[in-house]
Amino acid sequence: MSQSLTDGDPALKPAVVPGRSSGGLRLLLSNEFGLAVLIALTFTTFALTLSGFTSPFSLFTIGRQIGIDTMIGFAMMAVIVTGGLDLSVGAIGVCCAMIFGWLVQVLGLPIFGAIPVTVLFGAGLGFINGYTVVKSGVHSFIITLASMSIFFGVMIFLTKANAFNGLPPEVQVFGKMKLFKTISPLLLISLAVCAALAVFYKVTTLGRQMLATGANPRAAQMSGIRTGAIVVACHMLTGGLAALAGLLVTARTGASVPSMAGHLGQDWLLPAFLAPVLGGTLLSGGRVSVIGTLLGAVFVNVMTSGLLLMRVGEFWILASLGIMLLVAVLADRARQQFLTTKGMI
Amino acid sequence: MRQQNSTDGRLTRAFDNDWIGPGIVTLAAVIGISLFQPAFLSSFNIFVLISAISVNMVIALGQLVIIGVGQMNLALGSIGGLAAISFIGLIEKQGVPVPVALAVALGIGVAAGMAGGYIIARTAISAFIITLAGLQVFKGINLGITEAQPFYGVPDVVKAFGTGSVLGPLPWLMVPMVICSLGMWYLFNRMRIGRHILALGSNPHAAELSGIDPKATIIWAHGLSGLLAAVAGVMLAAKLQIGQPTIGDDWLISSFAAPVIGGAVLSGGRVSVGGTFFGVVIIAIITQALVMFNIDPFAVQIVLGALILWAVAINRLREVRIARVQARGASA
Repeated sequence: MSQSLTDGDPALKPAVVPGRSSGGLRLLLSNEFGLAVLIALTFTTFALTLSGFTSPFSLFTIGRQIGIDTMIGFAMMAVIVTGGLDLSVGAIGVCCAMIFGWLVQVLGLPIFGAIPVTVLFGAGLGFINGYTVVKSGVHSFIITLASMSIFFGVMIFLTKANAFNGLPPEVQVFGKMKLFKTISPLLLISLAVCAALAVFYKVTTLGRQMLATGANPRAAQMSGIRTGAIVVACHMLTGGLAALAGLLVTARTGASVPSMAGHLGQDWLLPAFLAPVLGGTLLSGGRVSVIGTLLGAVFVNVMTSGLLLMRVGEFWILASLGIMLLVAVLADRARQQFLTTKGMI
Repeated sequence: MRQQNSTDGRLTRAFDNDWIGPGIVTLAAVIGISLFQPAFLSSFNIFVLISAISVNMVIALGQLVIIGVGQMNLALGSIGGLAAISFIGLIEKQGVPVPVALAVALGIGVAAGMAGGYIIARTAISAFIITLAGLQVFKGINLGITEAQPFYGVPDVVKAFGTGSVLGPLPWLMVPMVICSLGMWYLFNRMRIGRHILALGSNPHAAELSGIDPKATIIWAHGLSGLLAAVAGVMLAAKLQIGQPTIGDDWLISSFAAPVIGGAVLSGGRVSVGGTFFGVVIIAIITQALVMFNIDPFAVQIVLGALILWAVAINRLREVRIARVQARGASA
């Protein structure tokens, strides 16, 4: 089944096909390779020209932020797979962070008991999104626009916009923990999720069915996939990953803060799309690159910290992130056209 | 049987008008709220209400154009904010006369919109991602210029425009709103570019085959959207009497809510200026009512989200019913 999928649909072919004459060029033109080269170049340039860029503390903060951005990117990637999107990732992330704070601080649950409940809660919010999208047949843009407003509104209403500051000290200790003086455990968590997702989309039936539904919903339905249930599952995965991202941010801050993702959680939107799009995930669905999303987050954070060290104003960096997104989609378009003219797609 | 059919048809025709449903809801809400709170119909309250409606209507029109062409504009708020701070900043820092500053601010809006439209038309990359990038770029430029500090030097004439009244409870802010609304109605119903926008939105392939230039139409639509965003930004700066860098941050939800409540179909091709107006009015009345009944202002967010879902459901039901009536007519 998965074999026939791979052969039948070009969108589902792995980026590198060994044994083909065009394999080498295809690898060189893949998003992942391009990104890796870009990261190596920018990192070396900054390391040589900016003092303090490779200091243990700098590497620690860059790595920790990469961990968070990667998780946010994965959350959006999981729903982009179906050709949909989820504007409410930020709202879900904040809601989950607040639920975690409530469980631990008010109910006194142990941290390791609260984490699975929080992730399930995120998946539940994702289920609401997915179920509404499938049942109404309306595009996920408008449904999640409404749900982002509702989730965030209910959260503010219940918490009265107050943070949970009295979390156990272990939370903050974990956020500040440095392994080998440079590596944040937050980054390691994201790397573990990265590996799990890569296996999930490559090997498991559910992962393959998600890709097939995204690539061609009608064909997927014809071949016996319950596409509705799959779309709901994608939204639930998004919710669960957004919950994890919310937990990572909580660990970094040491508290559950309602404003941690900005008004309605909108501040997460750019990192959520930037990493997957840079990494080569198709917005129309059917193709994901888990490693690409990770590399996308790495590239963005290396650039951002370098620019910050160069004393480019914080606000101009916001603008440059927007330009980066533009350049990424334009480069992707050019690459696809090149591959098409060479007959490689 | 025949009799029933014809009343059914008339009813359907009436409900086919996009603005009837929201209009009835508006009327019922006004009567209901004023029974409980007579102060709702006080001259001052009506003035406040119309001021809010005026700004939000222009914002909604900015999104309506893009919905008409079957796309979305996430950068609407950031374009409006950039125009607003440029307008006040030019007056305060550069001593530019008000009309010139106004022209520059509106020009920035058009240019920002058209730049986004050009990229979308040229590359055929989804409008969502291009305007998301635009949002970030324009917001970054805004904060880079202002360093997140507001401009306070709003001249008296602008303040008078933002807070004064033409006649009784009718604010000056109503004037640009009425002009923009009539202009947009005329554009969609009587002008070639308006018909091209709707044709492209409802069926891009057919539109292209019938000789419409899709690229030019998309660029014009985004330019128009940028212009309306800039108008709304300047109006808001005049109303707040301050060049706030945060202007536009919270436009996203309401800019979609009003057109959708007004019966716009998000896949494009069908918009209603009248329906959008009542959508804006409903949102303004609900917001105002929540304040008057001392309900947590954050509840507005929940209500806005619920309104969008409600409107989507109503539009869906209406489509199904219209399709059923048409099918019955065809079989008869």
